[in-house]
Amino acid sequence: MSQTATNGAAGAAPAGAMGKRAGLILGALVVVALVALFAGARYGLLLAIGLGFGIALEGMRFGFAGPWRAMILRREPSGVLAQLLSIALVAVVAIPLLSSHAGELVGAQAPIGFAMVGGAFVFGACMQIVLGCGSGTLVNAGSGNPVSLLALPFFALGSFAGAWNLIWWTDLGALPILTLSGGAGLGVTLVLLAIAAAIFLWRAAPGTVKLSRRHAIAAVILALLAIGNLLVAGQPWGVVYGLGLWAAKGYAALGGDLSASAFWAAPGSMERVQSSVLTDYTSLTDIGIILGAFGVAAWRRGALATKLPAYPARAWVATIIAGFLLGYSSRLAFGCNVGAFFSGISTGSLHGWVWFVAAFAGAFLGIRLRPALGLEARR
Amino acid sequence: MTRTVTAALALAFVAALLVLDLARTPPNPYQAPALLAFGSGAAASGGFCGALPN
Repeated sequence: MSQTATNGAAGAAPAGAMGKRAGLILGALVVVALVALFAGARYGLLLAIGLGFGIALEGMRFGFAGPWRAMILRREPSGVLAQLLSIALVAVVAIPLLSSHAGELVGAQAPIGFAMVGGAFVFGACMQIVLGCGSGTLVNAGSGNPVSLLALPFFALGSFAGAWNLIWWTDLGALPILTLSGGAGLGVTLVLLAIAAAIFLWRAAPGTVKLSRRHAIAAVILALLAIGNLLVAGQPWGVVYGLGLWAAKGYAALGGDLSASAFWAAPGSMERVQSSVLTDYTSLTDIGIILGAFGVAAWRRGALATKLPAYPARAWVATIIAGFLLGYSSRLAFGCNVGAFFSGISTGSLHGWVWFVAAFAGAFLGIRLRPALGLEARR
Repeated sequence: MTRTVTAALALAFVAALLVLDLARTPPNPYQAPALLAFGSGAAASGGFCGALPN
């Protein structure tokens, strides 16, 4: 997701670069082995999957916010179509498995409600303001993007606060959880994905690449990793829960009382606050994404030598607010682009579809706000 | 200033998170679940952003 022009990994690398790259590979293997040894093999494997996500997203320059922006501003459908392809590939495996292994495997299934729709809209706007979604903020922070690095801790605080108030927001009105399951559910999901793809193709500008090779490869890799996440963790790929958990742990460490929150005082939440982050699935993949993206940035010659851009003060203030809102809104929306859109749709949750529509509408607002907030030149 | 600084700060953020957490809540590998949830027979129990509190 780094937008830096670099030499890439192609071409012969000098001896120093070779040594650095060998060190990166060795470092990754050592970290995974240490987690497997001191926390458990499943957790080491989850960290490796997280590293894979980070490497794939940064290495293939693939993501969610950028492709939506490309579709809205330039009507380039390739990235969005790749997202839909990846979701379809996961759905083909995940939806039948969720039926045949109910309980052992769970989907990203959540209720549709007023707060859920509003949260998705706000998230869609904010992810365009900072040009980083749930996964994108982690990837960009790992590769040295200063906007995402600043947004990340506020994203975590927002996720913590959103979860704190989640029950109140959900009580404003929500439907029961609606899912597309079994063979019929998979069929409906694939038809809906095909309709969404057809709409984007219809809206595509003449002459644009419909699905680039790079995006197609990234879609397949992402799908394989997401399926691996489901098989290893028993739950789909997610991002936001882990960030909120980090803030909850910090709050508790500083003497804060979590019992005042219905969400954080629940036995399951409390148990995870009192357990190592190395045993929390989304924390492991989140950490892996940051480290994987860092590894790719360090691997590429010159990528980390890029000078940081200068932004006005209002851009940094906007980043802090948008970062917080990304976290808060994604909890109300029962997930971000990963937990709700990618994993929700691919595991048959109708809330994923509603999230997609609401967040895409919010993205139009975010794209308009970004230049006004000083994060890019006015068009 | 270059991205080397900000990327290093991201790594420092992760390192600080892990060190502080390990100091308070060290993991216990003897309580680790099976390698794969798939086929383990155990109910999924991880935290997830789409789930209401349990």
